[in-house]
Amino acid sequence: MREITFTEAAREALTEQMALDPSIFVVGEGIGERGGNFNTTLGLYEKYGPMRLRDTPIVERGFVGMCAGAAMTGARPVVDFMIVDFILDSMGELLNQISKIQYMSSGRIKMPMVLRGCIGIGGAAATHHSGSYYPLFVHIPGFRVALPSNPYDAKGLLTTALTGDNPVLFLEHKLLLNRRGSVPEEAYKLPYGQAAVLREGSAATVVALAVMVPKVLQICDELAKDGLDIEVIDPRTLAPLDTTTILESVRKTGRLLIADETFGPCGIGAEISAQVMEQGFDDLDAPIARLNGAHTPTPYSPTLENAVIPDQAAITKAIRDLVAE
Amino acid sequence: MANEDIALNSEQLLALYHMMVLIRRTEEQLARAHQMGLVPGPCHTYVGEEAIAAGVCANLREDDVVFSTHRGHGHALAKGVSPRAVAAELFGKATGCSQGRGGSMHLFAPEIGLMGTSGIVGPSILQGAGAGYSFKLLASDQVSVAFFGDGAVSNGAFHEGLNMAAIWDLPVIFVCEDNMYATEVAFRDATRVQDVAQRARVSYDMAAVRVDGNDVLAVHRAAEEAVARARAGGGPSLIDCKTYRARPHAEGMRDGGYRSAEEMQAWKERDPIAAHAAWLIEAGHAEAADLDAIEAQVNSTVDDAIEFARASPFPDPSTAADFIFGAGG
Repeated sequence: MREITFTEAAREALTEQMALDPSIFVVGEGIGERGGNFNTTLGLYEKYGPMRLRDTPIVERGFVGMCAGAAMTGARPVVDFMIVDFILDSMGELLNQISKIQYMSSGRIKMPMVLRGCIGIGGAAATHHSGSYYPLFVHIPGFRVALPSNPYDAKGLLTTALTGDNPVLFLEHKLLLNRRGSVPEEAYKLPYGQAAVLREGSAATVVALAVMVPKVLQICDELAKDGLDIEVIDPRTLAPLDTTTILESVRKTGRLLIADETFGPCGIGAEISAQVMEQGFDDLDAPIARLNGAHTPTPYSPTLENAVIPDQAAITKAIRDLVAE
Repeated sequence: MANEDIALNSEQLLALYHMMVLIRRTEEQLARAHQMGLVPGPCHTYVGEEAIAAGVCANLREDDVVFSTHRGHGHALAKGVSPRAVAAELFGKATGCSQGRGGSMHLFAPEIGLMGTSGIVGPSILQGAGAGYSFKLLASDQVSVAFFGDGAVSNGAFHEGLNMAAIWDLPVIFVCEDNMYATEVAFRDATRVQDVAQRARVSYDMAAVRVDGNDVLAVHRAAEEAVARARAGGGPSLIDCKTYRARPHAEGMRDGGYRSAEEMQAWKERDPIAAHAAWLIEAGHAEAADLDAIEAQVNSTVDDAIEFARASPFPDPSTAADFIFGAGG
């Protein structure tokens, strides 16, 4: 199978669905003729024109609220935030309107909307261009949250988002954008709420999110040389979250680490840990462990930036400690 | 009233009267029900402002859409939601227009273009613009109406929404209901420019007109022009309606300390329903007996609505978490 990048895979999903569905339009800053700061819409303006590739003023609250009205009346907006930190200006529209209107209208109004943007720490982007924020959206009823870690998942999860009725956060870690992987040329959908077991093992389970997935997989290959077989799970979507796959794995391994670059308090690791404690307590042979980025705004200088993310040594130590418990 | 050039026939003129009386009587009964404890949550009435909803919505088709505010009973009724469905919703009943999930502030009837009333000030402007975007994208001749109060005018949503509607020529009618107070904060204390139409013209180069919001014919005429402009692809308009809220911000709230008895009395004398009634008779479109007959018919409709609401079942508790998600994804 041919190999393409994460960005190319997501763009292919968007291109295919825009060709099939004339109600899809994209809004954002520089997503028109320019093709997006991260090439998310490269080449689409020439095909679909300004009504469907709509460059906007820098008014995140305004165009997100506008897209809500469009989604309620037959269109299918894709909001391209470029950097997901910019979503914060639109939180009122998202949390009070977009997540609630299907419910408030007792299911008679649909809210088909994709909210995409780059997340994550890297490249000395500093604290207004390094956020992730997904736990905020997982907390709120009414959002789907997709967190693909590879090109295959990016295309399939985005295709599903572009064909469903719900508001979907589609979050792209900036350090994953140029990673290559095998991707079918035809359109396909991946279900939400179905984790992928990327590596089978018996010594411990590691649930890894986004950029932590390739980091953890590489470390586990090293640990295997020492005879440690680690099972690695990528949830792929956080809302809904596939706890069944995680619980099944913990039943086998008895040990669980959740590796997530973003903050620990009230985070995804805390949620997974609570659910495993509630539903799989008897399967545990050791306390559940979490590995998170530092609970701090993201600093600029490379030495400081590297200090707030879990590095290879920290991940390796966390896994070895868990197995030794 | 200076309405020598009225293009409406007697039937249409009486329909405007009928709608205003329907809104007034429904809300009077809902306020009474609220006092009796039959409306469990908040209830923001539109008493005194009926000419705006009636005058605007009379120009809309069923497939045109309306985005409304926390003071939205009048918009819902004028868009065609039945008094039964509105009353039952405020009573928290399964037969309400939002099936008991919304109450006074969240009325929904998308099948006839009521896209929701909202407890948050500002989003109606943005969503109204978005529906306009949708209609333009899909090459539909539907139009979108965003109602909002003077309280929204200093909010960022006003600037962002009007600006986008203007630059993209969206088929949207922005209707500002300036009732002089945002809850209890006077508009004169919230802005240096109370002429909202001027703001629309100067800031966004948008067609805009300022009208007496208590004159149903003036509102109707302004809306007729704005709807025609939007439907013909001529872009958005703003109608700045000056009006007054006759009752407290919400039922049961103390209404003193921010406006005077003299001011309230002066506006009471400009009641939009009484003014239209007097004009109808003076202009020879109706006799007092015709208006009495409308009144009697409305009273009967509203009595039926309240009885329907009272007799309807509450929603099944097991459905409390239904409808959070649609299909797919």
